[in-house]
Amino acid sequence: MSPDLLKLIFGRLGLDSLPLHEPILVGTFVMVALGGGALFAGVTYFRLWGYLWREWFTTVDHKRIGIMYMILGIVMLLRGFADALMMRAQQALAFGGSEGFLPAHHYDQVFTAHGVIMIFFVAMPLVTGLMNYVVPLQIGARDVSFPFLNNFSFWMTVGGAVLVMASLFIGEFARTGWLAYPPLSNIGYSPDVGVDYYIWALQIAGVGTTLSGINLICTIVKLRCPGMTMMKMPVFTWTALCTNILIVASFPVLTVVLALLSLDRYVGTNFFTNDFGGSPMMYVNLIWIWGHPEVYILVLPAFGIFSEVTSTFSGKRLFGYTSMVYATVVITILSYLVWLHHFFTMGSGASVNSFFGITTMIISIPTGAKMFNWLFTMYRGRIRFELPMLWTIAFMLTFVLGGMTGVLLAVPPADFVLHNSLFLIAHFHNVIIGGVVFGAFAGINYWFPKAFGFKLDPFWGKLSFWFWVTGFYMAFMPLYVLGLMGVTRRLRVFDDPSLQIWFVIAAIGAGLVFLGILSMLMQFAVSFLKREQLKDVTGDPWDARTLEWATSSPPPDYNFAFTPVVHDNDAWWDMKKRGYQRPLIGFKPIHMPSSTGTGVILAGLATAMGFGLIWYIWWLAAASFIAMLVVGIGHTFNYHRDFDIPADDVIRTEDARTKLLAGAK
Amino acid sequence: MSRLKILALLPLAVALSGCNYVVLAPAGDIAAQQRDLVIISTVLMLLIVVPVMALTVLFAWRYRQSNTSARYEPDWDHSTKLELVIWSAPLLIIVCLGALTWMGTHLLDPYRNIGRIHAERAVDQSKAPLDVDVVALDWKWLFIYPDYGIATVNELAAPVDRPINFHITASSVMNSFYIPALAGQIYAMPGMETSLHAVINHAGAYKGFSANYSGAGFSGMHFTFHGLDDKGFDAWIAQAKSAGGSLGRAEYLQLEKPSENEPVRRWGTVDADLYRLILNMCVETGKMCQSEMMAIDAKGGLGHEGLNNTLPLAYDKYARRGTVLGPEPTFVAGTCTPDAPQGVVTTAAIKAPLDTAPLIGAGLKRPTFTPLKSSSFLLGQRPKSDS
Repeated sequence: MSPDLLKLIFGRLGLDSLPLHEPILVGTFVMVALGGGALFAGVTYFRLWGYLWREWFTTVDHKRIGIMYMILGIVMLLRGFADALMMRAQQALAFGGSEGFLPAHHYDQVFTAHGVIMIFFVAMPLVTGLMNYVVPLQIGARDVSFPFLNNFSFWMTVGGAVLVMASLFIGEFARTGWLAYPPLSNIGYSPDVGVDYYIWALQIAGVGTTLSGINLICTIVKLRCPGMTMMKMPVFTWTALCTNILIVASFPVLTVVLALLSLDRYVGTNFFTNDFGGSPMMYVNLIWIWGHPEVYILVLPAFGIFSEVTSTFSGKRLFGYTSMVYATVVITILSYLVWLHHFFTMGSGASVNSFFGITTMIISIPTGAKMFNWLFTMYRGRIRFELPMLWTIAFMLTFVLGGMTGVLLAVPPADFVLHNSLFLIAHFHNVIIGGVVFGAFAGINYWFPKAFGFKLDPFWGKLSFWFWVTGFYMAFMPLYVLGLMGVTRRLRVFDDPSLQIWFVIAAIGAGLVFLGILSMLMQFAVSFLKREQLKDVTGDPWDARTLEWATSSPPPDYNFAFTPVVHDNDAWWDMKKRGYQRPLIGFKPIHMPSSTGTGVILAGLATAMGFGLIWYIWWLAAASFIAMLVVGIGHTFNYHRDFDIPADDVIRTEDARTKLLAGAK
Repeated sequence: MSRLKILALLPLAVALSGCNYVVLAPAGDIAAQQRDLVIISTVLMLLIVVPVMALTVLFAWRYRQSNTSARYEPDWDHSTKLELVIWSAPLLIIVCLGALTWMGTHLLDPYRNIGRIHAERAVDQSKAPLDVDVVALDWKWLFIYPDYGIATVNELAAPVDRPINFHITASSVMNSFYIPALAGQIYAMPGMETSLHAVINHAGAYKGFSANYSGAGFSGMHFTFHGLDDKGFDAWIAQAKSAGGSLGRAEYLQLEKPSENEPVRRWGTVDADLYRLILNMCVETGKMCQSEMMAIDAKGGLGHEGLNNTLPLAYDKYARRGTVLGPEPTFVAGTCTPDAPQGVVTTAAIKAPLDTAPLIGAGLKRPTFTPLKSSSFLLGQRPKSDS
């Protein structure tokens, strides 16, 4: 075939785009291929494709979508953590003339991919998954406002993740750091596909995130059950509302800044180039106007989880509900006024720097108030140290440290000496692991019995907890120390042999975290095997307080046979106290949304379009785009959007639960 | 018990011995003041962080489920007094920290020329500071000493106790110029100039590097900064002079091509206009300098005709290949002869006041000026008042 024809068909994709010369990647590919092949064969053997497609992939049930988000987050955690282990190993080895085992070309991709994956495809899915699962149950709703959109959002997130994973084996990922600052990320200095993978993965996932944000705002604003005024919403729902407002207000900025970067890279505009009036500083500003709220998008729901957990396991009303809510709202607003603290060192004047430094510090006031509220919720409580509570205590002790170093970095002159150092790395891992990850794990352990009807095994859970916590401290405290020695981030090799010991300790810490992750996977497996022993039939295994515990575990498709009526903040606690009796008669048919495969198809086409654009395969990009329009418009003619669960089915489900509850007593 | 305490301190002792906490023990006055801010802010925050951590552990232990002797009040969820405390305590700390921040940020603004050599010595205004032009290249540092007409790669030197004015730019991508022992970092960006004012107080060899990832050769992009006494500095200059060689536009264009782990290089003479050309991205002949462009634009611009004043690009640094769908890359052609470029870079200097005594309120009598005694402006004692 002529080269022109090949170029027309394959764009810049060729055999040399496959990283066959990188033994690490080839090995990974073999492993992934074997694992994937086994999974595929297993699903085929057990004839599960039909089941998966009908019951999971095409579902519009917020609970199943929530669970799928969590699975996505955990799978991607394995990938992101593999990157972390490679970085730690490289930095622990590359001393005294040794180059370590990663060449710059590979190492620079590893740290970029680590950041991108951990934020966009681990933390975001975990947080979104928990919100998706819990919020409708907490507000007594049957589903989210736009169930189809919810399915579509999830698959768009998957599409982005697929592109990032594809970059591992086809071509390469960006070598720019996780925010891809130009001019380095511009075509002049990154002519390869890496940054294009970055752009399209984030753009496609970003569509999903934005739509899911809109969806959850609508759900919280419009679908609350009777009696649940704004100030009677559970705190997790409040934080979810604020987070989704942040998503809707900030993700478009990311979309725009990446679109401008793609224009620079594809059609030769000069938004962020060095010449022709371009300014890389504009990119840095814009991306952090998204980037800082993003931090709060992640951590606010975690705060919500800790509020629910502390109150439940202290057997006590949450202290200072009102100030908790106002603190959340204040953080939401302030998170837009601090972005410049990420680049004090770019040379703004002293007044600008002090303004952003001080606004950043002000955020610590509502955050501090929250910390005290949890503290005084524990005060005069009866604390049960179940797994979610253990994670919460670990969070409280860890997060204050991270918060302290964060405020320290908000003092511009202090930032001048600590910016971009390993101190900074230690700080944000301290808040993101100590806040978001611990929060997600508290949430998983807390709501798992709700989702599956049995508790998670406490032995493996505690093992995982201790590995994670000790591993975290061992991995990141040395980085604080190294930061104070003036060691900067993203270095691949080191001269000074006295630093090595700290990197070795950090690597051992990362190894402990790895054991923590393995223990967590074991915890899932063991709990599944012991599910009869760990079974909970009451639907309320923790003696909890909010509405999601009023229904069965797992909840029926329709969540609540009758929409509950709320009189108090802790609605379920209040119902239990007042001797609430489950209604046993008078069930009616329930109106529900129908499953649809459109979300999967649209997201698949979007991913194909992204792939085409990354590799300059224009026909593929154009064809997928047109197909997306056709499928999208076609879906508007789908009139089979809803159905009624017949009253008989509802009666059968509810009777079964009545029997179970009777058996439990 | 005391043995246990010693054991507990052991890791700290190990941590503090044998390692170089350069951020906490710098050799330059600016970095020392920044260090003081780090420490003071940390102590201020520990005032609230330590009680919170202690209370967390205490409450978790005291109100554990098995301790039935502890009070249990399941419906106690509000206390106005407590709420006042939990909002106002962090607020008070932040008020203090905010004041410190405002002051410290202005005093330690890298654009501001320094007012003192160290805590006990003000700057001698009669002596000129040392000017150094810094260019971050892929992946090495170029230092030009305009007053001495020499240039070096990956080696920097300055006399002890003489103020240094750095003018910083970059050739291609963003870097960050950082010598932890001397002063905090600041970004080096192409087509833009940042500055840093600092002074080194102790002789020695210190590490300097880029603190902002800039591509494949980033790890090797470090240099040595020598703090030398006056004689040593003169000798260092003489050494560079004797290295011979001349760094002109052609040599620079060779030099700026990407290279990793560059050894130290020296040039005895340097094109006096080179730094200005680098900053304005017009080292290549025939390219219009940014300063010219800005001057033209300030006069109203060339209008639509300006669009025609571009030439096809045969080069752009070293890698630019144009974009797949865009037009061929071009550059703006210079309208002046390359040998007589116009425009001068002017940056408004921010001057440190000569009197460094603390500010006082309006109408109050200013105390007589005595230099601060202690090691920093923050820890310093207030000068004795004569009123």
